[in-house]
Amino acid sequence: MKSTGKVWKFGNDINTDEIIPARYLNVSDPKELAKHCMEDADPDFIKKISAGDIIVAGKNFGCGSSREHAPIAIKSANISCVLAESFARIFYRNCLNMGLPILEAPEAAKEIKEGNTIEINFDNGEITDKTTGKVYKAKPFPPFMQDLIAKGGLMNKIRSELSL
Amino acid sequence: MGMTITEKILAAHAGKKTVSPGELIEAKLDLVLGNDITAPIAIKEFRELGLKKVFDKKKIVLVADHFTPNKDIQSAEQVKLLRDFSREFGIIHFYDTGRVGVEHALLPELGLVGPGMCVIGADSHTCTYGALGAFSTGVGSTDMAAAMATGKTWFKVPESMKFIFNGKLNQYVTGKDLILHTIGDIGVDGALYKAMEFTGSTISGLSIEGRLTMANMAIEAGGKNGIFKTDKKTIQYSSERSNKNYKVYESDKDAVYAEIREYDTTKIEPLVAFPHLPEKTKPARGSGVKIDQVVIGSCTNGRIEDLRLAAKILKGKKAHKDIRLIVIPATQAVYAQAMKEGLFDIFLRAEAAISTPTCGPCLGGHMGILAKGERCVATTNRNFVGRMGHPGSEVYLANPAVAAASAVAGKIVHPDEIK
Ligand code: SF4
Repeated sequence: MKSTGKVWKFGNDINTDEIIPARYLNVSDPKELAKHCMEDADPDFIKKISAGDIIVAGKNFGCGSSREHAPIAIKSANISCVLAESFARIFYRNCLNMGLPILEAPEAAKEIKEGNTIEINFDNGEITDKTTGKVYKAKPFPPFMQDLIAKGGLMNKIRSELSL
Repeated sequence: MGMTITEKILAAHAGKKTVSPGELIEAKLDLVLGNDITAPIAIKEFRELGLKKVFDKKKIVLVADHFTPNKDIQSAEQVKLLRDFSREFGIIHFYDTGRVGVEHALLPELGLVGPGMCVIGADSHTCTYGALGAFSTGVGSTDMAAAMATGKTWFKVPESMKFIFNGKLNQYVTGKDLILHTIGDIGVDGALYKAMEFTGSTISGLSIEGRLTMANMAIEAGGKNGIFKTDKKTIQYSSERSNKNYKVYESDKDAVYAEIREYDTTKIEPLVAFPHLPEKTKPARGSGVKIDQVVIGSCTNGRIEDLRLAAKILKGKKAHKDIRLIVIPATQAVYAQAMKEGLFDIFLRAEAAISTPTCGPCLGGHMGILAKGERCVATTNRNFVGRMGHPGSEVYLANPAVAAASAVAGKIVHPDEIK
C-alpha cells in the first residue's frame, strides 16, 4: 500500500481538542466531524487540503482525550496518513483499531517541509520526499499490529475470532 | 527478576506467571467504561457485530456525564443511545442525570473499582483508578466495543517509571500540586506509553482523594496508567464501598524501572499550569494574572475534600466583582455531603453558581464557556487551546485552594495573598 500527497505541517503536542474541538462532539457523524478537522490548530485547514494529503507533525501527536472522533475526523477529511515524531498512546491505538495509517518517523517528521509532496510505502516503511528526493525509513509495525491492519482493524479481527 | 505492581496485575489478567515490558498480551477485563461521547460510537460498532449479549452485563459501566443534563437535542440523542442500549442488554450500571457523577469520581465512590482490578475506559482519564491499586487505562471507542463483546483487550506491557515523594507538604500544597510538579518536571510526553508509580512517605500520608487527583493526571504526562500501592487507607476506602474480595499486588524490591525520580516535597509550593499545556507550571504566588472565571470541580478536583478546601478559603468572603465563580460537585453524593456540611452556604455567600454534577465547562461542553480573550482558573486537568471555549481563551490549572483564593482576588494568587 502506498500514499502520495502534499504535506501539511504541525508542531509538538497537537492534542485531540485541536484536532476536533469538544464543541462538535455532540455528534458522531464522520462527515460533520470532518468539517472541523484540525480547526483549533489551523482554522482554514479543511479549506486548504485535497484528498490524499498528509499530516506531518512533531512529538506526542494526538495527546489528550481518548475521543475516536479525532482519527475519524482526520480519516473522513481524506487525509491519507499522519506521520509524526511520536504519537500519544490512545491516539495511536485508535488509529490502528480503525485503520487510519500512521507512522512514527522522527527524522522525516523533523525535516520534511510544508508543501512538499511525499510518497509513503507502508509495506517497507519507506518515505520519499519527492520535492527533495530524500528517502527516510519509518519504524515498522510489530507483527501483532501488522496482523491487526491486515485483518482490517480491531472489529474485523474480533469478527473472525468470534466467527461471526 | 522482580515485577512492578503494573506488571503483576497485567500478568494475572493475561493468565501468565510473568510479563515484561514491551510484551503484547491479551488481558481479561474486570470492568469496561464508556461515556456519552465515546460510548455512542462503541455501541454502534458493537451492534454491527450482531451479538445477542454483552460479555458481562455487570461489568460494563455507562456514564452520561459530559453534556448532561442534556445540553441540546444532539446530546440528548447521544444519551438516548446509551439508555436504549442499557435497557436492551440489561446493563446494570447506567448513570444519567440525577444519579450521575463525573465518571472518574463516580466509579471509585460506588466501589466499582478497587485494588488489583484490570479496567479499561473509553475516556483518557480512566487512569484515575490506579489510586486504588488497580491497573486502569484509557482506550478508544473501538476498543470499548470489542471489550463489550469479548471481555478482553490487547495491551503492550508498559515500562514503569517510579516517582518517590518524601517530606512534609507545605501549606495549601495538595495532590494536584504534586502531579503538576511531576508533569512540569518530565513534560507532557515525559511518561509516554509508560506506567507511573507513585510512592514515598508523602504518598502514604496522602488521602485517597489526593491520590485519585494524582493518578487522574498521569495521562497528562503521556502515561498509560498511574498507580499507587494498596495500603490501610485503600483497604478502608474500598471495603466501605464494596464487599468484593480485592487482590492486593505490590511491586517487588528488585522490580525494574525505566527511570526513578525523587522529589523533596518541602520545596514544592502551590502551582499553576499556564496555557496551553499542563507542563507549563509556575508558582501561584506572585503570579497576578487577571482572570474572568473560576471553575472548581471535575474528575480531578470535584470531590468532597476539594470542596471543603475551597470553602475554607471562601468562608466569609466574596468572589471579586469581575469573577464568575462556578462550583460543580463531581457526584450526587458529593453534592449531598457538601450541602449537609453547609459548604453551599459559604459558596452562595461568595456569589458562586453551584451546578448539578456534570463535566460541563471542563471540556468546553456547557455551563461556563469562555469568550475570546477570557481567562479561567480551573481545578480541572487540561488547559489546551480552546479547551473551555473560544480558541482565543485561556485555562490555568490549579488546586481548589488556589482557585478559590484567585476567585476572591480576581487574579491568580497564592491563598496567603488574600489574608
Ligand atoms: S471532568 Fe473533564 S477530564 Fe474529567 S471526565 Fe469530564 S471532561 Fe473528562
